[in-house]
This record gives sequence, C-alpha cells and structure tokens, in this order.
Amino acid sequence: MKYVADWALNTAALRGATYADARAVDERSRALSTKNGTVGGASDTESRGIGVRVIADGAWGFAASDDLSRAAVEATAAQAVEIAKASASVKQHDVRLAPEKPVSVEWTTPHEIDPFTVSVEQNIDLLLKIDAELRSVAGVTLAETNMNFRREEQWFFSSEGSSIHQTKYTAGAGYAAYAFAGNEIQKRSYPSSFGGQWQNKGYELIEELKLVENARRIGEETVALLKADRCPEGAFDVILESSQLGLQIHESVGHPIELDRVLGMEANFAGTSFLTLDKLRTLRYGSDLVNIVADARQEHGPGLGTFAFDDEGVPAQCTPIITNGLFTGYLSSRETAHTIDLDRSGGTLRAEGWNRLPIIRMTNVSILPGETPLTLEQLIASTDHAILMETNRSWSIDDKRYNFQFGCEMGWEIKNGKRARMLKNPSYSGITTDFWNSMDAICSRDEWTLWGTPNCGKGQPQQVMGTGHGASPARFRNIKVGSAYKGN
Amino acid sequence: MLTKEKAHEIFSRLQKLSTADEIEALIYGGHSALTRFANNTIHQNVAEENTVISVRTAFGGRTARATTNKLDDDSLKRVVQSSENLAKIQHPDPDLLPMPAARESPSFTQTMPRRHFDQTAATTPEDRAEAVAKIVGVAKSRNLTTAGIFSTAKTVEGIFNSLGLSHWHTQTSSEISVTMLADDSSGWQKANSPNVAALDAVALAQTAAEKAAKSVAPREIPAEKYTVILEPAAVLDMAGFMFWDFGGLAILDQRSFLTNRVGSKLFGDNINIWDDVAHPSQSGSPFDGEGMARQRLQLVENGVVKRLVYARGTAAKMQKSEHKDQVGPIEPTGHGFPLPNEMGEAPMNLVFAPPLQPKTIDEMIASTEHGVLVTRLWYIREVDPYEKILTGMTRDGTFYVEGGKVRHGVRNFRFNESLIHMLSNVEEMGMPVRASGEESFDMVVPAMKVKDFNFTEVTKF
Repeated sequence: MKYVADWALNTAALRGATYADARAVDERSRALSTKNGTVGGASDTESRGIGVRVIADGAWGFAASDDLSRAAVEATAAQAVEIAKASASVKQHDVRLAPEKPVSVEWTTPHEIDPFTVSVEQNIDLLLKIDAELRSVAGVTLAETNMNFRREEQWFFSSEGSSIHQTKYTAGAGYAAYAFAGNEIQKRSYPSSFGGQWQNKGYELIEELKLVENARRIGEETVALLKADRCPEGAFDVILESSQLGLQIHESVGHPIELDRVLGMEANFAGTSFLTLDKLRTLRYGSDLVNIVADARQEHGPGLGTFAFDDEGVPAQCTPIITNGLFTGYLSSRETAHTIDLDRSGGTLRAEGWNRLPIIRMTNVSILPGETPLTLEQLIASTDHAILMETNRSWSIDDKRYNFQFGCEMGWEIKNGKRARMLKNPSYSGITTDFWNSMDAICSRDEWTLWGTPNCGKGQPQQVMGTGHGASPARFRNIKVGSAYKGN
Repeated sequence: MLTKEKAHEIFSRLQKLSTADEIEALIYGGHSALTRFANNTIHQNVAEENTVISVRTAFGGRTARATTNKLDDDSLKRVVQSSENLAKIQHPDPDLLPMPAARESPSFTQTMPRRHFDQTAATTPEDRAEAVAKIVGVAKSRNLTTAGIFSTAKTVEGIFNSLGLSHWHTQTSSEISVTMLADDSSGWQKANSPNVAALDAVALAQTAAEKAAKSVAPREIPAEKYTVILEPAAVLDMAGFMFWDFGGLAILDQRSFLTNRVGSKLFGDNINIWDDVAHPSQSGSPFDGEGMARQRLQLVENGVVKRLVYARGTAAKMQKSEHKDQVGPIEPTGHGFPLPNEMGEAPMNLVFAPPLQPKTIDEMIASTEHGVLVTRLWYIREVDPYEKILTGMTRDGTFYVEGGKVRHGVRNFRFNESLIHMLSNVEEMGMPVRASGEESFDMVVPAMKVKDFNFTEVTKF
C-alpha cells in the first residue's frame, strides 16, 4: 500500500498541503443471527478504500475514495487540499499539531483463533442451540441471537514519515429472550444487552462466554419478570452489576472527558461537556474509591478501544482520568493537546473506516477494581437495604452530561444482606458528579470485566465506534430510583 | 457517478458468476460532502465517493447476502461465492418466498416529485464555505458562537434480480444544521431538501440566534406535568420511535406496542397519519428492499390504528397466523427491508395530515396560560416498549410560557412520557412541514400543543 499512499501524499504536497496523512483500510465483517428457530440474517461484507487528511493554508481537508487507482487516489488527495483551502476561508486560527515522532510499525490484535476460519455451519448450529434453550422455557415469545466478527487491516502513512500497519480483530456474541403477556413486554439479555459481549480478540471469545450454559436461566428470568413486583420509587442505595456500571462510565465519564466536546466541536450534534477546562485537577468527580483510566494499551485487556497506534499515528497510552476521586485527565488528540498544555496527544483519534475523518473517541475507559478483596455476594451480604440492577434496558443523558437516567432489565431488592425479591422495570437517575461521589464500595479484580460497547455514535457524518469499559460491581448511596415510570 | 446502464452491466456479470436458483443485487453509492463548523471556524470538511454492490442469492428456501465495494472481476466473483456459501449451509426456510418477478412490481403508479437537482449535485466546498461564512457573520453580529454542518450529496440506488426486476433511483440531498451558543444558553435550527436552493442559511442562523438570545440566564422551574408546545423537530423525534412497531413482523414477533391494538383508538381524533413516498415534502426511492413499489397508505385514521405495512414474506406469514383477523388489510405494501433481515418492514415516509384548524406556533403560545415551548429533544430512548414510554431531554431553546407570552428561558427538563398519552392529548396542531431532527428519520409533521406532558427532572443548565 505504500506506493498508493505515496501517490496521495505527493499530490497533497504538490498542491500545497503542509501536512498530510493517508489511511488505506481493507475491512471484512460477518454477521449471523437467528430468530425463533430460523436464521434471521447471514451476511458477509467487505469494504476497501483510502482517506486522505491534509492541512493547507492552516485548515483541515479530508477526502476519501473506494477507487485505489493512481488517477483516483491523486484526484482524492487534490480534492482534500481544495477542501482545506475552502476551510481556510472561515477560520479563527491555524491548526496546530502536537509533535509526534514518526514510526514504522506492524501490529496485529493478539488472537488464538481467526474467527473467519470457523465454519459458518458451526456458528449457526451454536446460535440455534441457544435459541432452542431460550424457547424451551414456557412463556418466552421471542428469542434472538447474534454473532459478529470483524477484521480491519489499516495502513497509515504520514508526510512526517510514519508507516503503521495494524490488523485488528473483533468478535461479539449475545442473545435476548422476550416475553409478552397482558400489557407488558419483558426482556433479558446475555452476556449484556444490545448485542452481548464484544472484545478485540479471536473466536476464543465465543468459547469463553458460556452462551449455551446460561440460556435457560435467561429464559426463565424473562418469564419471571412478568410476575415480579414493579421497582419502587424513591431514594435507595443501588448496587450496579458490572455491565451496567460499564455503560454508566461510558455516558457519564467517557463522553464528558472528550476534549473536542469540551472545546465546543460537537456542540451541534453530540453536545458539549460540563467538564470545562478549569475543572482539570480541581473537580472532585467522585469519592476516594473512584479511579478511572482511559487505557488503549494491550496490557489493559482486549477491549474495543485497544490498539497499538491511533488513527493519526500516536501510540496507545494510559491516561488517568479520575484519581482517588479527583478529575485528572481528558481524551486528547494532536490538534487539541495544546489546549490543556500537553506536549503530546493522548492518542485517542479514531475513524469508523476509510471514508471517515478520525475524531476523538473513547479508548478503554475503565474503573479500576477495588484493592480489598470483595465479591458481589460479599457486597450484597454487607448491604442492609438496596436495589441491585442488572443489564441495561435504556440509557439517556443530557448534552452536557449532567443529568442521566438508566433503565435496567432486572432488579433485586436487597434486604438484610440477601436478595429478597425480583423487581421489574428498575431505573435510576441523577447528576453525574453527585452519583460518582456517592460510591462507597467496589468489588475487586475477580469481579472485573472489560465490556465492549460496539455502538457509540458521534460526529457528523455520524460514526459508530467500539469502546471498552472495564468495571466491577459497585454500590452507590441514596440514589433516585423509579422516576422513569413516575406519572405514567 | 454510476449510471443505471453501468449498474445493469455489473448485475449481468454477477448473474453469470452465480450458480444460485435466484440472484438479486442492490447497487448504490454516490458522492457526499459535509462542511462542519464550530467556534465560528470550519474545523472538519470532508468528501466521499463510494459504490457498493450487495448480492443476495437463494437456493430453495435458503438465502444470504454478501456486500463489497470492490468492482474488479475477482471481487465480484468472491461476493457471489460468499453469498452462495452462506446460503447453502442453512436449513431451508419454508416461509422464504421466491424473489419478486418484474410483473409483481411494475412501473410505479404514483407520480414522483423531482428529487434530483443539478445545483445540489454541483455544490462545491467553496459554496458551502460561503454559506458558513454568512452563518458565522450572524453569530458574530449577535456576539454568539456557532456550530453546525452544511452537507450535500448525490446518490443512486438500484435493485435488479434474475426474474427481470429492475428499478433505479437518483436523488440529491442537502442539509444545514445550526447551533448558536451564548454563555449560558443556546438555540438550534435544521432544514434539509433535495434542492439546495430551498435552504436559507441566514434565516436558519437568525432563528437559532434569536432562540439563544432569548433563553439567556435560564431559570429553574419545577419538573411536573405541563402543557408543552413542541416544535416540529421535537414531534418528529418522539413520534419516530413508534413507527418501527407498524410492521407486520413486529406483531408476529409480539414486540410491537400495537400487538392486540390494531383497530383500537389509541390516539386523539385529530391524529391522522399516512405513509406516502410520493409526498412533495418526502424523500427516498419509490421501491423497497425487494424492489416492490411503496404504496401510499393511511396508517392512523382519527386516532385509530387502521393498518400495518408488510414485506412480501411477512404478509404471507401473517395470512397464516393467529393475528390475521385482527390486523386490518394484509398485503405486501412495499415497505420491506433488504432480505435477509430480522426487522421485516417499517413505514419510512410518514406524513401527518393537516388538522382542520391549523395554528401557528405563535397562536399556540397565545392560547397557553402556563406552559413550556420546546425547540428540540435529545437522547430519546424507550423506557417501556408496550406503553411506549420514552425518556429524553429538552435542548437548545426551552422557554416558559405564561399568559400567552414567552417569558424566559428555563433549565432543560428530562421527560418520561408515553407516546400513546402524548398523541391522545394534542390540543392544537400546525400545518405539517418537512422536519429533521437527530433521533429519527425525516418526516412531514406539525408543531403540536400537548397537555400534561410529563417532565420528571431538571438538569443544571
């Protein structure tokens, strides 16, 4: 691909670009699903193209094409420069990039089994087996399963001399059971909702998830929810299991720390952030137990935000975001680093594909587990009265990321250290910093899971990106519960 | 840009490479560009060219799809083989229908309005920058900061199958979205059209700026039930959540809020909703994911849900189901998604009928003693699938109305409101307009004055 990139970089330089990079991407994905005993979907997709990003006259331009012929690539680069010059007609300042040393690197997601080498028959048989288990429970009215694989090969070349070849593998799988009766629809999902669990690894993920083993339980819980009591409304202590806490981190920590939001670049769509620059190292974000990092390095785990280099050639890093409750860091890029007096980007710029401009995205934004050994069962045993909530059902937060409301699929009332009764339609709401300051216990490493969120939307045109969120179950004091159904 | 002739030639190549009983190709793509601005600066500015070939093959009740954007011979061979390999390993589905023949979906009976405009297709980066400069000029003149987008695109889409079906559609699109920000307030406007000449960047900027200016120093008022005046974008983003439930497959799956409710009066007498791809303010192609002609249908009549939409296969399944006598007319309506899929179908060209006595937003405000004017909603999600309770936030221009006048900006609210409840409590409506939001597809919807809208919390700005 180097000669293809050279066509782009040379053309950009000749047309007046002071900086250029070219990302060629060749992507392959497979999506399999079943519904009520039949194959719901079976599809393979491949997509290849090149995106050229330039700075000319102090402003950005980007153009992308699926045509990798010399004429098309040179025309695409020329178009990027033309666009940059148009951008320069409406600017306040020239773009400044934090320096980054050029590198030449090859990297591939560590994986044991290339998922595309596993037969489709085997995968569909597994999904149909799960489907049968779910529907073996009387009262389950709809069963859905899914399995997804992706291989993305990317070549990055910059006018500064970087040459980075990365191949990333992603796997995901999950299922859901629904029960309709009377005037309600209940749902349970496994391992998490909205597509299950996703990580950057090979087929070994599917084998680790114990999908079939949990299917009957999920079906039974779905039907049991129809007869469960409705979650009460009021102020309660709340225990969140780890996948729900992962989404809580995504919405109320991951998005507000995106420096492009903070600087107003997303004001028209995704919104801004309450974390104005004056809050860095001054805001008490959470209680002393809250330690959150943004870590793209392999040693953090196989999250959807794990890579060797971001999409502008900056190495993966670990940024402390909240340290013993204090707000300590943003997600940054080469363009934005100087606004917080960094001399180097935090390495978080990523693009959905060859045809999208890389923007600041969450990597793996994870809460660190408690250091004192504590299992979920021990946490429950130490709790007098609380609502335990499992598996996200709905999520919403305002455009500065203050006020949130989450609904979960299933709740349990905890009384005197024990699960007293199942609760349906649990929900909780609050203000971000109040919530994180109320955390008074978090389980230890054995309960910690690195969850994948495959559907994070941001940018215009909108880009969907996978992010990682490690979490252990945690307890929060005096939380507002049940507002979702208030007045309805 | 791909032509129908070139696309047909690609399909012929695919057909020759296939050993399947039947083959279908969706061929689509185009050129799109988007200029994005924030802090009174163009900070992102992009363009894209892409062509996609999506192949479905079928062997006796088994079908699958493979997709590529590589048009060389080897890649076309591979995409056909991938589709065939995925199809062959499946168990036959007795409900899978043969692909539609050309005679099943003849030329479209409705007269389609013009949806391709040369001026839109020819828009340059300089044209977009010039419009953005005018928007920034409005912001600076009001001491505000602006952010937004100006996008243009020319797209094509076609469907061809081995039974002779062949349809082609070309369209242009353009869109401007503007946010104006003051220190503690903001305003927003958005519009789109196939014809870029129909967009008035300065007018949108001025309205957004006026909202930002009028909502400075927002005050907190209690979260409770209010009469609300929802501008069309707010109505669109709420209403869009229910139309996925109007597909026949959603009933068969028992995941629709209309299960056991078709034929019931769910909404107020003043709610009449059509799906009409040929409406002058609608957009999109006149055929569905199998190439069937999209029919004009009345979905809701005087508050009663009259009928559902169907893909071919869903209509056949519904005819054999326990629901068949309770769901109104059952026939393929041209609303199916490309097969195979799990969602079946949905109406995507919604048009709310004009009320008998349309009111302007100013008239709605004038008739309101105590209420809230809402510009836009945000981050809407479904809380309860059967009661259709939605949660979300107000955003970018929320005002307190008292004594028939807008009094001041208010801090944004969280709502938890049932769509069934909302559409049963519409006291006044405007003339429907083409509206665009962020949570749903574009529709032709009116502004609405709704009583007892359920705000449950207030945020900090």
